Amino acid sequence: MTMSSAIKILEQKVPLLKNMCQAIGHSILNVVQALGGITLFALDTIRHCLTPPIFLRHILRQFIDIGYYSLPVVGMTALFTGMVLALQSYTGFSRFNAESAIASVVVLSITRELSPVLAGLMVAGRVGASIAAEIGTMRVTEQIDALKTLSVNPMKYLVVPRVVAGAIMLPILVLIGDIIGVYGGYIVSTHVLGFSSGSYLYQTWQVIEEMDVVSGLVKAGVFGFLVTLMGCYHGYNSGRGAQGVGTATTNAVVTASILILIFNYLLTQVFFS
Amino acid sequence: MTMRPKIEMRGVTKSFGTKHVLQGVDLDIPVGSSMVIIGGSGTGKSVTLKCVLGLLQADSGSIKVDGVEVVGASTRTREEMMKKFGMLFQGGALFDSLPIWYNVAFGLIHGKDVSKKEARHLAIEKLEQVGMGETIADLYPAELSGGMQKRVSLARAIATNPEIIFFDEPTTGLDPIMADVINDLIVQCVKDLGATALTITHDMASARKIADHVAMIHQGKIIWTGPVADLDQSGSPYVDQFINGRASGPITDPQSELLKSA
Ligand SMILES: Nc1ncnc2c1ncn2[C@@H]1O[C@H](COP(=O)(O)OP(=O)(O)OP(=O)(O)O)[C@@H](O)[C@H]1O
Ligand SMILES: [Mg+2]
Repeated sequence: MTMSSAIKILEQKVPLLKNMCQAIGHSILNVVQALGGITLFALDTIRHCLTPPIFLRHILRQFIDIGYYSLPVVGMTALFTGMVLALQSYTGFSRFNAESAIASVVVLSITRELSPVLAGLMVAGRVGASIAAEIGTMRVTEQIDALKTLSVNPMKYLVVPRVVAGAIMLPILVLIGDIIGVYGGYIVSTHVLGFSSGSYLYQTWQVIEEMDVVSGLVKAGVFGFLVTLMGCYHGYNSGRGAQGVGTATTNAVVTASILILIFNYLLTQVFFS
Repeated sequence: MTMRPKIEMRGVTKSFGTKHVLQGVDLDIPVGSSMVIIGGSGTGKSVTLKCVLGLLQADSGSIKVDGVEVVGASTRTREEMMKKFGMLFQGGALFDSLPIWYNVAFGLIHGKDVSKKEARHLAIEKLEQVGMGETIADLYPAELSGGMQKRVSLARAIATNPEIIFFDEPTTGLDPIMADVINDLIVQCVKDLGATALTITHDMASARKIADHVAMIHQGKIIWTGPVADLDQSGSPYVDQFINGRASGPITDPQSELLKSA
């Protein structure tokens, strides 16, 4: 191959390379822009949480919508997770004749990790999506503009009550989930695996520490904030029409789920290292 | 004319991507007068209103309300300014999770600290002015017909007795009798309450009834403005074509007009 033909080939490839770089650069810019937008939105939300007027009745209503109505789904998740944990760790540990370890595995994994993360993900699907759809529809039908013309700040009226309720209600849900999850492990251990109920409960009580529960609840508060914030952010910036609202809903659930997993890792590192 | 206009727009531009919707809008609205904006569909009439309200940010130019600049103003200035305005949205934009009476009373309850009981009473009064009453007060927006929603929205826009009221197509979708009731109501808001009104309409009968001044927007600019009495002798072929609703003319066929004037 001569030099000139090599150059020719290179010249042909250059536009392709340029396109690729452009595409990569573009998507990096998009991500940075989205992160910036979310951060500003979060700061704005916190600022509005701290300044009057506060729509107290709306916060109470969101307590019910976000907290109370999520109870069944969070409870079911915790129950079956506790049950399957007991079953799985039995098959693992029985080989080493360390059946007493089951109680500790169940209570530690539930309180530290599984109850907050799974509750967060379930609430992201249930609450995050519905917030994004509701606020997105209000954006598309100009209801948010109408709020502004009636001198009501939509951040205060729509966003703050949801985010406050999320950050407060998720820890409560997770605390209930902790109890139900441990109970699930207890049921399987005593009824299916045939352990004595007294020693199981004793084991559980022995191994658990305040920090295990508290770290889980702190995580839950952060997840509650993130889920509701993502719902509000994507709804508030929803594109036009039904399609815009659909995309906003999907994005709310996806970004909330990813952020939950990332923050779970970061918080675990902070608490247990 | 020594009085400062209520709203003063100079060279206002607004683009969406490559779409240049407003290309230098100049418009003065005198205090206590009723201005009607006419113009083809999609020429940027609603966008003009939203720029004045600050719901959309104008790209350049100047918009002054009572002498105070709106373009690039701080959030606080804008929120303060918003208290002067009432707006009827083209699509109604009623809060669909709230009952009708609460929709109408919304600005009174949250903006003016009127008690709920009092606000409900005032809301029903406003509903009666737009031809409805207590019977629909506890229904939800989705339970009303399109024209009824429009009237509720109008009641909401005027409920706080704002100084400046924007009506985006107030009579579209109403029967002719109800349309005339609404026309009278708008005239009354201006004459009796001293409000300044800016109305967008395609309904020329309505325009003639409510307007003191008419402005026509075409290709992102105000191409003609004058008292309503001059509408028929505007001297603008664009206005002539529009008010007579002719399919052929300079608006639909710019080439022919260029040839004629050449
Ligand atoms: N948020 C937006 N994003 C992108 N384009 C927009 C937006 N709002 C309006 N436009 C475009 O601006 C143009 C003018 O819109 P506008 O709603 O002001 O029209 P209009 O004069 O009120 O028409 P009509 O009489 O049909 O209501 C349209 O072409 C529309 O596509
Ligand atoms: Mg319009």
